[in-house]
Amino acid sequence: MQWLGLYNYWIVIVLMMTGFYIVIAQSNLIKKIIGLNIFQTSVFVFYISLSKRDGGTAPIYVAGTTDYSNPLPHVLILTAIVVGVALTAMGLALAVRIYEAYGTIEEDEIQARDDSEQ
Amino acid sequence: MEHLAALQVIVPLLAAVLVMPLVRWPRTAWVVTTGAAWLTLGIALGLLRQVLADGTVHYAHGGWEPPWGIEYRIDALNAFVLLIVSGVSALVMPFARLSVQREVPHARIAWFYCAFLLANGGLLGIAITGDAFNIFVFFEISAIASYALIAMGRNRRALLSSFQYLVMGTIGTTFLLIGIGFLYIMTGTLNLADLAQRLPGVTDTATIRTAFAFISVGVCVKLALFPLHLWLPNAYTYAPSIVTVFLSATATKVAIYVLLRFFYSVFGVEFSFDTLPMGTVLMPLALLGMVLPSLIAAFQTDIKRLLAYSSVAQVGYIILGISFATSLGLMAAVLHLFNHAVTKAALFMAVGCIVYRTGGAGLDRVAGIAREMPWTMGAFVLAGLSLIGIPLTAGFVTKWHLVLAALDSGRWPIAVVVLATSLLAVVYVWKVIEAAWLQPRPIGAPRLREAPAELLVPTWLLALASLFFGIHTDFTVGMASRAAAILLGGWP
Repeated sequence: MQWLGLYNYWIVIVLMMTGFYIVIAQSNLIKKIIGLNIFQTSVFVFYISLSKRDGGTAPIYVAGTTDYSNPLPHVLILTAIVVGVALTAMGLALAVRIYEAYGTIEEDEIQARDDSEQ
Repeated sequence: MEHLAALQVIVPLLAAVLVMPLVRWPRTAWVVTTGAAWLTLGIALGLLRQVLADGTVHYAHGGWEPPWGIEYRIDALNAFVLLIVSGVSALVMPFARLSVQREVPHARIAWFYCAFLLANGGLLGIAITGDAFNIFVFFEISAIASYALIAMGRNRRALLSSFQYLVMGTIGTTFLLIGIGFLYIMTGTLNLADLAQRLPGVTDTATIRTAFAFISVGVCVKLALFPLHLWLPNAYTYAPSIVTVFLSATATKVAIYVLLRFFYSVFGVEFSFDTLPMGTVLMPLALLGMVLPSLIAAFQTDIKRLLAYSSVAQVGYIILGISFATSLGLMAAVLHLFNHAVTKAALFMAVGCIVYRTGGAGLDRVAGIAREMPWTMGAFVLAGLSLIGIPLTAGFVTKWHLVLAALDSGRWPIAVVVLATSLLAVVYVWKVIEAAWLQPRPIGAPRLREAPAELLVPTWLLALASLFFGIHTDFTVGMASRAAAILLGGWP
């Protein structure tokens, strides 16, 4: 049952596809942002789990431990989380502006309002 | 002088912070931004001189030696890209003051320049860095700033265009992040040069092939390769004029640079084009991307949208050059990075002049406009000729090399397609010229004045540059052949 042992990667794949599907299938802009967040989070989980060793500890010298997890991907993901927060803020700000301009955040309704304007 | 490489990115990023609080003093914000942009250009020229004199420039950030620290690594290829980005942003700035005053609300002008500098610094960062994860971070810095810039367009459609770009752009960069993660698992390094050395030992694995797929697709979204270009036409159409000039000349170019770097320098030409069939994948997409968007452009009624579709087609030319995987093809691709940046910036600036005087870029607005704005439309014609690829213009130099590359690799039908799509470019460029020069002004239309000299001078400078680099090709062809040699030779 080797594939069960890699369950963290299965979680990554499921999360990634869920997020991706929400981004594509939903026309509500806020739901799209939620989808993007899930999609990005799956990548965070991927980075974090790939550097974890069974029984490994934080890379601080402690007598008696020889097994360490790799801290670098964890640090990278701290940066990526910050980037993700900035993107979410940007997306939400745009959604607010769109709501002010159109009175809706459903993509198809926005398009309909633009088309009827012409 | 040894810190030039770091300053290349630090100057625009620091200036962005300085500009942000100047909400009440938009003019000062513009002065600071212009100063930073020209200083950045000076640094890029300094780096280029160093590269030409001593070869590759290495800069270890904070004194941490690569591959542990972040390394900036500048060779002929990215020195050239840095010159394109900083040159365009410097030339855009004199144009920006009036154009931004007209198109951006007064209270947001300082923030506009702040976002502009962030986008500029991000793009320069992508081009200069030698670290894979750093590329991702700079991609996002420039992308988030570009979303803000696009959303400042006057039409409310700018908002949704920006949102759609945000969704597609984020998926693209996240794909890049996944790919970099796979590379890291297999090699334990993020330094591009170090990756290039360690990858050959592990290339024959599904992990590396998956990494390659994620990175290719992610970067292709950012560079708007057909059919992943859907974000581009709306974003370019509704963004403020100055943003369209800047993004069309730089953003997709830098993404193409990243693709070149990964395909040729990191994965290596054998892996990308022999082990994996990237030539046969990219070539049909490039050809479709040249033909279909050119056809769509011919049916547009808005000049900005017409030129935006033309930009998608031009990306097709560059990718076609890359897909040959030959020295001539790469030369054509790198040449077109430069030539198209100059040409398209001139065209979008001419459109910016039209928008400044008429308030829009619809074809109906420009009817007969050339009698009242002959200088603006003169620049448009000159740059339009370069877009088509008439001899003695920069566009011709690229197409000439592209046709040579096609014939050299024994694919003459592709040479025919390149020439045929040039005819399509004649159709859509002529559409604008015909409307502006031959049609009468609508009866009762208000009399227009020529655009102010502050807008015309940068426009003409770029238009004349597209002529100059068509006649004096030593510099561009020299840089392109050095870049091609570096890409094909692998990293020492």
